[in-house]
Amino acid sequence: MTENVTIHGKDGPVAADWEPRIIAFLCYWCSYTGADNAGTARLKYPPNADIIRVMCSGRIDPELITTAFARGADGVMVCGCHIGDCHYISGNHKTMARMPLIRHILTELGIEAERFVHDWVSAAEGEKFARLVREVTENVRRLGPLDWPRRMRERGVGHGLELHPWGESA
Amino acid sequence: MSTEEAGKTAKEKLKIGVYWSASCGGCDISLLEIGPHLLELVEIADIVFWPCAADFKYRDVAAYPDHHIDICFFNGGIRSTEQEEIARLLRQKSRTLVAYGACACDGGIPALANTKTVEGIFAASYHDNPSIDNPEHLAPQPVTRCDFGELELPRLYPYVLTLADVVAVDYRIPGCPPVAERVWEAIQALAGGNLPAGNSAVKVACTDKSVCDDCSLEKRKMRIKAFKRPHEAVPEAGWCLLEQGFICMGPATRSGCGALCTKANLPCRGCYGPCVEVQDQGAAMIGALGSILDAVTEEQAKEMVDRIADPLGTFYRFTMASSELKGSK
Repeated sequence: MTENVTIHGKDGPVAADWEPRIIAFLCYWCSYTGADNAGTARLKYPPNADIIRVMCSGRIDPELITTAFARGADGVMVCGCHIGDCHYISGNHKTMARMPLIRHILTELGIEAERFVHDWVSAAEGEKFARLVREVTENVRRLGPLDWPRRMRERGVGHGLELHPWGESA
Repeated sequence: MSTEEAGKTAKEKLKIGVYWSASCGGCDISLLEIGPHLLELVEIADIVFWPCAADFKYRDVAAYPDHHIDICFFNGGIRSTEQEEIARLLRQKSRTLVAYGACACDGGIPALANTKTVEGIFAASYHDNPSIDNPEHLAPQPVTRCDFGELELPRLYPYVLTLADVVAVDYRIPGCPPVAERVWEAIQALAGGNLPAGNSAVKVACTDKSVCDDCSLEKRKMRIKAFKRPHEAVPEAGWCLLEQGFICMGPATRSGCGALCTKANLPCRGCYGPCVEVQDQGAAMIGALGSILDAVTEEQAKEMVDRIADPLGTFYRFTMASSELKGSK
């Protein structure tokens, strides 16, 4: 429950009604069922994660992650079956091998490491899923909004927008 | 050619403009690479603006009526106030505006500076660098007062933008630089009106496949054991460079060049930009690499990719400005 006060994020004051928006990519066979498990067990966790179900975590193209941030997500979660449990045998091995590079690129572009979370959630781990969402939401809330679209607008990306040269106030 | 035909051609001659903004100038030269076709080009077209090759001034362009230039090849990204002004002017004066080369299409090499601040760039260029001797800390100023008035310099924007970020673009010709044969085909198509409807920034002068599809090196379906840099090992001839551990952007790069670099046993650098329906070339490359790493645990994968020098600069070498995130926060 947000009270009517100004929250202070990492980059300054934040609107009082701001809520972290987290995009969670979950695989169909384990993690989505795990999230379902959290629901049927009536576990409490914040409603900030928007779940997108995909058939396999190996199907989550890194472009989906960069797109989520670029279109305004404050955080992104990627969850799949534990190694050895993949319905498609090796899909999650590919997810795993992509993670170090994705983390490296995001960090280098200034997206804090806590905004991107990757973990394995089995169909029985509703508790773990609820904990992950709680952790990510709290971490992101502490960091404040990422608001990539606004940052890009200020830098003049997009048609017909007024550009502000360096040294002139926006 | 009869006199009547000659008269007709002269009357209907195309007017071509070429401009150069945030780029190295190689694109201007690459237009000359069409070689003997240049003679055919001058037969069908007149140059009405090309600062690199002929003496035209901005005021000449400003004096043209709107849509006077039939085809304008614009190479380079938008980095400064001057470049944006000319981009808007040329859009107004051109019937067809073509983003020519990797920089105009996707930002190119200059857009790698999107990961740095303008203050940082000025510091590295004028103050804080071992090779610089500047005891008075002089740096270019936007406005300088002198005896005969004020002198103005263009100012830099915080980001390098693609041409399509600033004005509507009809077609894009990718490549660093675009390959001459493709360029000539595109010029013929433009002159003959045989291209898809404009104003959509569609990429032409390239194919719908990836560089790997055009590459003749043998794929042995082996996983990458360790990454190598070009100076660390001699690649085995005839074998896929990526499988040998050299970072080759082939899987994530649109084809059109005919796999020129891998023909010379050099890894693809990715200058033709992302494949069809892909926005983020670097992310696509990470996706491709993840599928062929010979790693069992994430720690192992991390150890392997830590050997890649500058992943951001390698995967987004030519496409930072058109990628999803476009630069650093």
